[in-house]
Amino acid sequence: MSVSVLYAGGGTLLFFIGLHALLVYPHLLRKILAANIMGSGVFMVFVALGARSSDGVTDPVPQAMVLTGIVVSLCFTAVALVLAVRIHRLTGCTTFVQDQEAAGD
Amino acid sequence: MTDAILQQPWFLWLTLIPLGAAILAFVLPRQAHLVGFATALILPFCALLAVRQGTLPHQLFLNAGGWDAPLGIALRNDGLALVMLAVTAGVGFIISCYATAYFSARRHKPDRPHYFWPLWLFLWGGCNALFISGDLFNLYVTLELVTLASVALIALEGGNKALNAALRYLFIGLIGSLAYLLGVAILYGTYATVDLGLLGDALTNTRLNHVAMALMVSGLILKSALFPMHFWLPQAHAMAPAPVSALLSALIVKTTFIVLLRLWFMVFPALDLVVTGQILGLLGSGAIIWGSLMALRQERLKLLIAYSTVAQIGYLFLVFPLARGDAAAAAWTGCVLLILAHACGKAAMFLVAGTIHHTAGHDRISQLAGAGGPVGVLVVVFALAAVTIIGLPPSGGFFAKWLLLSAALATGQWFYLLVILGGSLLSAAYIVRVLSWAFLDVKRSHYPVIPWVMKWPPLLLAVISLLFGLIAHQPLQLALIDAPVAGRVMLEISHAR
Amino acid sequence: MRGDLLLLAIVASSLLPGLIIFSLPEPMIRLRTTLNLAGALLKVILVVLLFLHLLAGRTAEFRLTLLPEMDLLLRADALSLLFLSLSAVLWLVTTIYAIGYLEGAPHRSRFFGFFSLCVCATTGVALAGDLVTFVLFYELLTLSTYPLVVHRGTPVALRAGRIYLAYTLSGGVVLFAATVWLRAIAGPLDFIPGGILSILPPTLHPTLTLIFLLLMLSLGVKAALVPLHSWLPTAMVAPAPVSALLHAVAVVKAGAFGIVRVVQDIYGTGLCTVLGVLSPLALVAALTVIYGSVRALNQDDLKRRLAFSTVSQVSYIVLGIALAQPLALIGGLVHLVHQGLMKITLFFCAGNLAETLEIHKITAMDGVGRRLPATMTAFTIAALGMIGLPPLVGFVSKWYLGLGGLAGGQSWVILLLLSSSLLNACYFLPVIHRAWFRPAAAPWPTSPFASGRETTWALLMPPLVTATLVVLLGVLAESSGSPLHWVKWILSREYGL
Repeated sequence: MSVSVLYAGGGTLLFFIGLHALLVYPHLLRKILAANIMGSGVFMVFVALGARSSDGVTDPVPQAMVLTGIVVSLCFTAVALVLAVRIHRLTGCTTFVQDQEAAGD
Repeated sequence: MTDAILQQPWFLWLTLIPLGAAILAFVLPRQAHLVGFATALILPFCALLAVRQGTLPHQLFLNAGGWDAPLGIALRNDGLALVMLAVTAGVGFIISCYATAYFSARRHKPDRPHYFWPLWLFLWGGCNALFISGDLFNLYVTLELVTLASVALIALEGGNKALNAALRYLFIGLIGSLAYLLGVAILYGTYATVDLGLLGDALTNTRLNHVAMALMVSGLILKSALFPMHFWLPQAHAMAPAPVSALLSALIVKTTFIVLLRLWFMVFPALDLVVTGQILGLLGSGAIIWGSLMALRQERLKLLIAYSTVAQIGYLFLVFPLARGDAAAAAWTGCVLLILAHACGKAAMFLVAGTIHHTAGHDRISQLAGAGGPVGVLVVVFALAAVTIIGLPPSGGFFAKWLLLSAALATGQWFYLLVILGGSLLSAAYIVRVLSWAFLDVKRSHYPVIPWVMKWPPLLLAVISLLFGLIAHQPLQLALIDAPVAGRVMLEISHAR
Repeated sequence: MRGDLLLLAIVASSLLPGLIIFSLPEPMIRLRTTLNLAGALLKVILVVLLFLHLLAGRTAEFRLTLLPEMDLLLRADALSLLFLSLSAVLWLVTTIYAIGYLEGAPHRSRFFGFFSLCVCATTGVALAGDLVTFVLFYELLTLSTYPLVVHRGTPVALRAGRIYLAYTLSGGVVLFAATVWLRAIAGPLDFIPGGILSILPPTLHPTLTLIFLLLMLSLGVKAALVPLHSWLPTAMVAPAPVSALLHAVAVVKAGAFGIVRVVQDIYGTGLCTVLGVLSPLALVAALTVIYGSVRALNQDDLKRRLAFSTVSQVSYIVLGIALAQPLALIGGLVHLVHQGLMKITLFFCAGNLAETLEIHKITAMDGVGRRLPATMTAFTIAALGMIGLPPLVGFVSKWYLGLGGLAGGQSWVILLLLSSSLLNACYFLPVIHRAWFRPAAAPWPTSPFASGRETTWALLMPPLVTATLVVLLGVLAESSGSPLHWVKWILSREYGL
């Protein structure tokens, strides 16, 4: 019981560490890593809370959900990497373009 | 025969057909537009059949794979789902027609039409799956499908700004959905189920549940671009090719809102939500004012329309403080009607903006001068679509605002009355700004002939949105089937008589 | 013929030509003219049919459900028929005039399209059977007149358009709020002679007073009550047929008609007296009568002088209602028709001066009577009617207003009427004097038409016809079929007075 709460607390902590990094660091790769850490944190909470069932048998549903979540997270990472690489190729930058100039075409 | 047809789970086919077609369009890139158009042609009929089924006595749930609710995946086809399926099918069909012309007219431009179709069909399937999802986790997965497809669609144009907007949108979406998922984890940890109905019955007013609610709601408002979380929306919507902008603004921003609507009315009614509701209402009011003021300052048509979307999202969030007591049904129907009206109107506006951009080579508002020419006619179409955004009769926007105003009066919340009316005036101001340029009589430069498929779909949508108020009764009746709000739609304050 | 179909046909007779005209290319003049005239003629015939229909003791009603518990309701009663026939007849005349006036001008499809829509909205205002429907068409009228005001596309016109919209849309928003509020406390707002609100408990009277104030504020914008009148003189930049239509039939009359409906058919004179809201209204009307006339005195621009005269004259209608006396009500309602006829004549003539001789200023009118004798005769007749010279129609209105004032023991009305007439004389007689008795500053350019006709038939006939009506309806005021007779019939039929 207490172990699972510990894991859940740790997962929440990971979530917020990831969120902090995602918001603070400008480098795109760091942002992508941070997003993955956030995701891992959430999955950990899921698994930890799923483990505390009354009859001692671990609930399989959260694990199925986490598997699905990992797949989703993988897809996101792949797309984000493609976009980041593309931005780097086009501009040589590894950060977002900050100047939001109104001038379009 | 008709029985056999009506036995089919059409709302499920609405999800499966576009997903299958997306794969087909991806493996056959040369025939992608044919596959896409054929699918777009089929789906409205499926939607009609699904709606027909919905009006008959029917089973609300369908358990995928035959597993029951706590373990299996429950799909619901209640009124809200049916209305959203139908409007997505209708608006999606018209946008698809436009897209065929748009991409073939811009073949030499780097829009990559053969990527558009698989992504759009994938997005369509994802949206439809989201509307019929009956549990929290399924909602998460479908939300991610929608986000992923939208990110790719925003990046379609391939320029630096588009890529930046897409990646920013991806991160925002990720933060939002992970916050939501954390909330789901907490709820699952307590109640061991993710089914909306079961959770709604089981939930009690505890602090942990409030934490979960706060996480889920804040994740969702980030994704649905509620002020002040709207910063990513204008760039993302304005950078994309016209059909994509129309899809994103008309349909996709509503998907997250639908999730929020479901949670609020089905999962969280047991919680004490007065303060949260007021916060959401205040943020919505802020969105109305700020979005409209920013729209007033834009130099480019597509950005103006995007900021107008920010403002209109604000109206949707007014449902949370307004749906109380007797007024719940009125506020709820008003909100649904606004979603429908805005879907038609905003799609028309973005399509017109796309045609103007295509014809004139730019979308600067100050250079739209000279009505009467081909661009002038387009601006008139724009104005017709804008009637519903301003909320003037006989558009759907007018009656939606009527319902919201009734709810504000019935619950005695005068502040929202002023916000709704003030927002109308502000939106009129930014629309008139566009129109003033269009009516300015100057010598026009010569414009190329516009292909008719780039003119008629926006006109059709604009006329539908203009006259939507006259047929609003039927969709509202449909939306009230199995609606989570009890009682009839009150236009009167009951104690007064 | 079925009543509901008849009503729909009357609305459609100007809506359909309008929509078709929009889609016509600019050079298809003959088809456009035919459509316009056919629509206008058909409308007059249908109105006659409707009149016979009602005379036979049958009712005409059309309902369409808009929202749960809310209908679009078109219903013909004697009062709506009065406004309807006025607009039908004057639309026919104005259409002929506009065809002549705009010969060779650009953007005619757009002009005639919106012109027809504007008349459609006016028809809806006349036929509205409840306040909700009235608001619907009232806002449509705002929308459809904006493109007419900015039609010339000059910066001045656009500025006027912005001012026009700022006033009317703000008024529209207030009207919207007031109607939703009234609907919320009183239920369906059908127009029923004698009012529907007297059954409400007295505890609601403060609220009802406030709503009345809001309604008058919003309707007063279009009726150009001081201090809400400023848009009207500014809107004078529009082409002459539009000014004629705005001032004589559509916009200002819609406002005045709305005030009639609210006072007589929603609140009822009895409740209004209890609430004590009529005396302030009468005061505002009296103030407007004097203010408009005083401002008209020193306007050199002919159309602006006429506009301020409108501000003054429309308030007679409001005054007639606010005095709460049957005789004054007769005066007010009959002025609805009479003022329309006189003012449209004056604007036709002003348009002729501008179109034929490029005269816009009164100081440039010296001796113009010799060059345009027929036009100036019509002008003189209408102006004398405005002053209230017996036996012209203006005298009839003023006579009944005065009688009503005396009957109600409010002798200040006589004083008001006398001073207003004096002021009318002060601003019209100098114009007439200049036109007929001052020598021309320079010889006028000779007429390009056969046998020295002063201008085209299309420009000449409409003012002559309306001027003849000004004389005939005044002389034959007591005979059956005259507006006065009609108004008396309305009052006996609907209000039992």
